[in-house]
Amino acid sequence: MASRSVAVIGAGQGGLDTAAALRAKGYDGRITLVGEEPALPYQRPPLSKGFLTGAIGHADLTLRTESFFEAQDIELVTGDRACHIDLFGSRIELASGGRLDYDRLVLATGSRPRPLPVPGADLNGVLTLRTLADAEALRALLDGPPRQVAIVGAGFVGLELASTARSLGHEVTVVEAQARVLARALTPQLSRWLADRHRQQGVRLLTNSEVAALYGSASGQVEVLQLRDGTRLPADLVVIGIGVLPRTELAADAGLLVGDGVIVDPRLRTTDRSVYAIGDCARFPDSGPGRHIRLESVQNASGQARCVAAAICGDDAPYTAVPWFWSEQCALRLQMAGLTADHDETVTVGDPDEGRFSVLCYREGTLVGVESVGRPADHGIARRLLATGAWPTADEARAPGFNLKSFALKPPSQRLPARA
Amino acid sequence: MAKITYQHPNGTITVVDVQAPNTVMRGAKLNNVDGIEAQCGGSAQCGTCHVYIDEASTVPLPPMDEVEDDVLYGTACPRRENSRLSCQLPVTDDLDGLLVHLPEAQS
Ligand SMILES: Cc1cc2nc3c(=O)[nH]c(=O)nc-3n(C[C@H](O)[C@H](O)[C@H](O)COP(=O)(O)OP(=O)(O)OC[C@H]3O[C@@H](n4cnc5c(N)ncnc54)[C@H](O)[C@@H]3O)c2cc1C
Ligand code: FES
Repeated sequence: MASRSVAVIGAGQGGLDTAAALRAKGYDGRITLVGEEPALPYQRPPLSKGFLTGAIGHADLTLRTESFFEAQDIELVTGDRACHIDLFGSRIELASGGRLDYDRLVLATGSRPRPLPVPGADLNGVLTLRTLADAEALRALLDGPPRQVAIVGAGFVGLELASTARSLGHEVTVVEAQARVLARALTPQLSRWLADRHRQQGVRLLTNSEVAALYGSASGQVEVLQLRDGTRLPADLVVIGIGVLPRTELAADAGLLVGDGVIVDPRLRTTDRSVYAIGDCARFPDSGPGRHIRLESVQNASGQARCVAAAICGDDAPYTAVPWFWSEQCALRLQMAGLTADHDETVTVGDPDEGRFSVLCYREGTLVGVESVGRPADHGIARRLLATGAWPTADEARAPGFNLKSFALKPPSQRLPARA
Repeated sequence: MAKITYQHPNGTITVVDVQAPNTVMRGAKLNNVDGIEAQCGGSAQCGTCHVYIDEASTVPLPPMDEVEDDVLYGTACPRRENSRLSCQLPVTDDLDGLLVHLPEAQS
């Protein structure tokens, strides 16, 4: 049965891509996209990169213009929040009082910054970075005389921001609770290498350091960040970047299954067959057996959006795309393909000293992911090889002179040794 | 402004007017031309804005830099001699009449 209306909650990357893909695939029912932010849907990646330096302006952030929504007959509701889902009535309620009926509902509510549970986190000058409004506030503060900037959390957003703030001439300290930067996302090799780059740029990196409290002036402006070991760091701008929490409250309130994300099946359906969840807010089964994962990337939001749009149009295939991610910091291109978290073996190809290398990550002999610095060809090839399974073994990769470019160009019959 | 034609693998075409300072990629996105994903938003990171320039084209294009060349190794559909990243093609009046062919898949 063809559905007559689709409602999408969340007008970010995933929500917008769902609506656009539905129309591109010929869906001719009603499409409503509800977003609580005031602006047209925009891309977040530049918010910690070029937007803060002014290299990227508002027009480049915007994913589509106003006329796009008219031309595609997509009803875009901005500045309004869905506050209740009635699964039995197939209807959502908006904070403005409006109601919206749907045949299919897509949850693309994204995530919010994880709050830092210490005294003083509500002082003036303590910011997070998720939305355009956050980035505008930060840009205003960074666009001036040098400040003492403290960044809590050495994740992607924290480190990109550190690099950007440093390039703008600010004094930057990054405080990280783990023993190394990007501990969850990167291999120890790349993590160490990247930390060195940040230090060379003049970023002060404090690992194994936890924030105990923030202290401010009489007027409530942050002035000092105190660590658990008692160290006090002067700071007039503190940015909290300790990860995100999926926005699951609407789903939970409606009675859908949630648990660090809205739980979905391989076709991205929630426990209600008419409701899908995608992007940062969704926890889905990895094609590896039995494991549910949640990913925070444009590729994931965008790929899942297209998968759900196809499903609504009748093409019911599971979501199986190879995850990938990119980051820009210290004037480097950092790209990751696959999921490297539980690797047990690595092979590095290329030259770390030159800033051009890739780390191939294996688990029990299977290539699970590749991290690349300054080697965009490796990254693209790795994505293809991970998708087809035609990757080099660790022994092949260790052979002198090995590189992914020539491996990928070689016909499979000439590749050695043949794998079982 | 330039008229850009996007031809889908099944032969259907979409002709749109694209203004500077947009790129050929953004021209497709703004007009919902299916078949260009552009996941990285034009920062030459993703290779999902791959197009084939029409072989008979005489439209002058900017040369390819090293990064674009590298990114083109990872496209979902095979790279050919006429492959380009549409996000690396800024629209100028010179591009008027450009015909690009969209690959079967971008990711
Ligand atoms: C600073 C920064 C840098 C990043 N850099 C990169 C990068 O380099 N590469 C990369 O791949 N990824 C990057 N990301 C991550 C990427 O932007 C996200 O993974 C992606 O935006 C997720 O898309 P989404 O649709 O799930 O959520 P979002 O894009 O966050 O959209 C969710 C939207 O839903 C709205 N919403 C939530 N609840 C409701 C409600 N009840 N009613 C109405 N609206 C609601 C929210 O306000 C929000 O606008 C970055 C993120 C940030 C913040
Ligand atoms: S849009 Fe990503 S490479 Fe062109």
